[in-house]
Amino acid sequence: MPLPYLDDFRQAGAVRALLEQLNDSVEALEQPARIMEICGTHTMAISRHGIRQALPDSLKLISGPGCPVCVTANTDIDAFIEMSQLPDVIATTFGDMLRVPGTRTGLAEARSQGARVQVVYSTLDALKLARENPDAAVIFFGIGFETTAPTVAAAIVEAERDGIENFFVLSAHKVVPPALAALCATPGLAVDAFLCPGHVTAIIGPEAYEPVVDDDGIPCVVAGFEPADILQALIMLTSQLAGGRAEVEVQYTRGVRPGGNPAAMALLDSVFEPADAAWRGLGVIPGSGLAIRERFAAHDAGRHFEVDTSYSREPKGCLCGAILTGIRTPRDCGLFGKACTPDHPVGPCMVSSEGTCAAYYLYEI
Amino acid sequence: MKSSQQGPPESGSRKRVLLAHGSGGRLTHDLIDQVFGKALSNPILDLMDDAATLDVAGRLAFTIDSHVVSPIFFPGGDIGRLSLTGTVNDLAMTGATPLYISAGFIIEEGFPVDDLETIAASVAAAAREAEVQVVAGDTKVVERGAADGIFITTCGVGSIPDGVTISGAGARPGDAVIVSGSIGDHGATILSSREGIEFDLPLESDCAPLGGLVRDMLAASDGIHVLRDPTRGGVAATLNEIAASSGVDVEVDEENIPCRAEVRAACELLGLDPLVLANEGKLVAFVAAEDAEKVLGAMRGHPLGVAAQLVGYVRAAGGSRPRVYVRTVLGSRRILSMPTGEQLPRIC
Amino acid sequence: MCLAIPAKIIEINGQLATVEVGGLTRQASVVLLPEARLGDYILIHAGFAISRVDEQEAQETIRLFQQLADGMAGADPDGPDLRESGPGPIS
Repeated sequence: MPLPYLDDFRQAGAVRALLEQLNDSVEALEQPARIMEICGTHTMAISRHGIRQALPDSLKLISGPGCPVCVTANTDIDAFIEMSQLPDVIATTFGDMLRVPGTRTGLAEARSQGARVQVVYSTLDALKLARENPDAAVIFFGIGFETTAPTVAAAIVEAERDGIENFFVLSAHKVVPPALAALCATPGLAVDAFLCPGHVTAIIGPEAYEPVVDDDGIPCVVAGFEPADILQALIMLTSQLAGGRAEVEVQYTRGVRPGGNPAAMALLDSVFEPADAAWRGLGVIPGSGLAIRERFAAHDAGRHFEVDTSYSREPKGCLCGAILTGIRTPRDCGLFGKACTPDHPVGPCMVSSEGTCAAYYLYEI
Repeated sequence: MKSSQQGPPESGSRKRVLLAHGSGGRLTHDLIDQVFGKALSNPILDLMDDAATLDVAGRLAFTIDSHVVSPIFFPGGDIGRLSLTGTVNDLAMTGATPLYISAGFIIEEGFPVDDLETIAASVAAAAREAEVQVVAGDTKVVERGAADGIFITTCGVGSIPDGVTISGAGARPGDAVIVSGSIGDHGATILSSREGIEFDLPLESDCAPLGGLVRDMLAASDGIHVLRDPTRGGVAATLNEIAASSGVDVEVDEENIPCRAEVRAACELLGLDPLVLANEGKLVAFVAAEDAEKVLGAMRGHPLGVAAQLVGYVRAAGGSRPRVYVRTVLGSRRILSMPTGEQLPRIC
Repeated sequence: MCLAIPAKIIEINGQLATVEVGGLTRQASVVLLPEARLGDYILIHAGFAISRVDEQEAQETIRLFQQLADGMAGADPDGPDLRESGPGPIS
């Protein structure tokens, strides 16, 4: 039984035909193209379907700062771990966060030492835990871009409405456009086009990329996540490059509408406000984070729980910043393969199991 | 004496296991007799000797496995069934005919006796299905908190037919790789019962004894080089283990790997790979290429192998170390790594 | 951070829907998608419907891909060329 609107975009016949078309499209390019994807799910999909291995040599796919999990800074992880170790706390998190190291330790280790850490699939599962355990404080680790932040906003609104006073969120949410702007402003950035995240864009709308095409002249195509989607988007991007165009195009028309999802954006805006945020490997990007508004302060873990994270440090010697902007490769980094390996990762490029450094390690070593 | 720490007598309708049930006296005897002895009865066990006397000739396969699964009861089985079939299957993977099982039960104080009876009945039913006898057992009761409900350790003995040598180091370049049926059923079923990840899956664990299937396969061919049941870590772990043990590369074709829609849906939802989910009633076989058709035919003729598929081939090791590759829908190859750590749902 | 899959709404009650994919069913909140209706395909992310699947667009894309595949299989020089027939720019 095929999965509707999923398997349709994995048909071998179509996918191989698209690959042929992509090869033709790339041949029309005058010079090699470097296309950056900025979504962790795209990183995963590209790796899972062996897309990189099938591309012609003159098309390079670079992995940018698209994984909100992997760019979560040590200060945030340390704070959440400290909170998980407080009495009567149930620390809830998406599974992705368990493998990301903090300054001293990680969530999985904290759990093995007695902290009550519960993996959930949805913020609503965390809210349910709060309802069922009125004597515990349920703290949810808010990670994710604009696809996820509205779901957390919805949970906070519901908690407020239903008087679930023991539900808290530690927000480490980040937003894409300021990060993209910072990326485009990076001197020496060697990126010819952006493969844009389909589901983030379903929320924020494709108009969000207009500054990139207008100010920086870099083509943007909003892509879905199945192999056929990614290949079609690459064809559209290389076609723009060959034609000297820089436009925002939507490949993922079945999921993305002009204007995005206004209801989701309104909910997000009502609960969160922009704040500066520290990105692992990239430093602080102004206005790139989401902080819980004063109105919902009662559910803000950051305001409610005092923890000492004075020991928090960002890893030294990590070259992820340059790797994420495509300026350097893993082998340029002094930590690669020595202090930084998939088993004990330092920066986001290795923390992500499909990140640039993790992939290098797996395929090249 | 420990029995003074039992606490107040059980109120409510369910009888519970007490620490005194493990102290060797009257209560222990009653528990063993009424729960285990009754369910598992066979001529050897009924003697209740300190050790079972067995008459087994030739080469023996001998194995042990501990079962600490949570949840204890799941769709398609329970820890009792799992502990029996798990050890039976380990024996079968050496080509042995599974014969005798011994089972040790470590029970947490307070565990409901009727659950214990259900588990014992499951062990018995699985033993009948697997055509083995549980010939020795042990019971201990530990304080509340010292065990997660119940832990079961099973030990098994089987007889390896003459001329049969099946080992993880036996894969050869050119061998066909065959899986006996859909992958990930058990892992997906357990996931769906896990707290914090709530979805309804019309799916059951595939937990089943494979001795009969293996017997049919061995009757069809003497070119079976490797058998392995892909439990924890799934097919991904198994293929990597065999590649490493045999010093070969393995390449499988994604589109040939059987996987039920429900399992795929759960994996797509949670961001997991079906290849890393546990299976408890499936096997992977590495078979001399010329015998692949014959073996497939034999497998498909058995109830537990109807969905058997040829999924790939063994190649000579090409790089600095043995690797497992998956050929994707694009026609290109990706590396299938040994799974590390827990399989957790992701949003990213 | 965009793991979301298409699922069909088989029941809907205010802000909560039951969605189905491949036989699996799950609760999903539709608070982010007030226009969601029974029978719609939606994208479910972390237990929430975040967008409707535009079935018309989806079918069109599928048809395009199918033509491409058939074109390749039959080596059709007049088959669709995606460099020219992509969905086009938004502005």
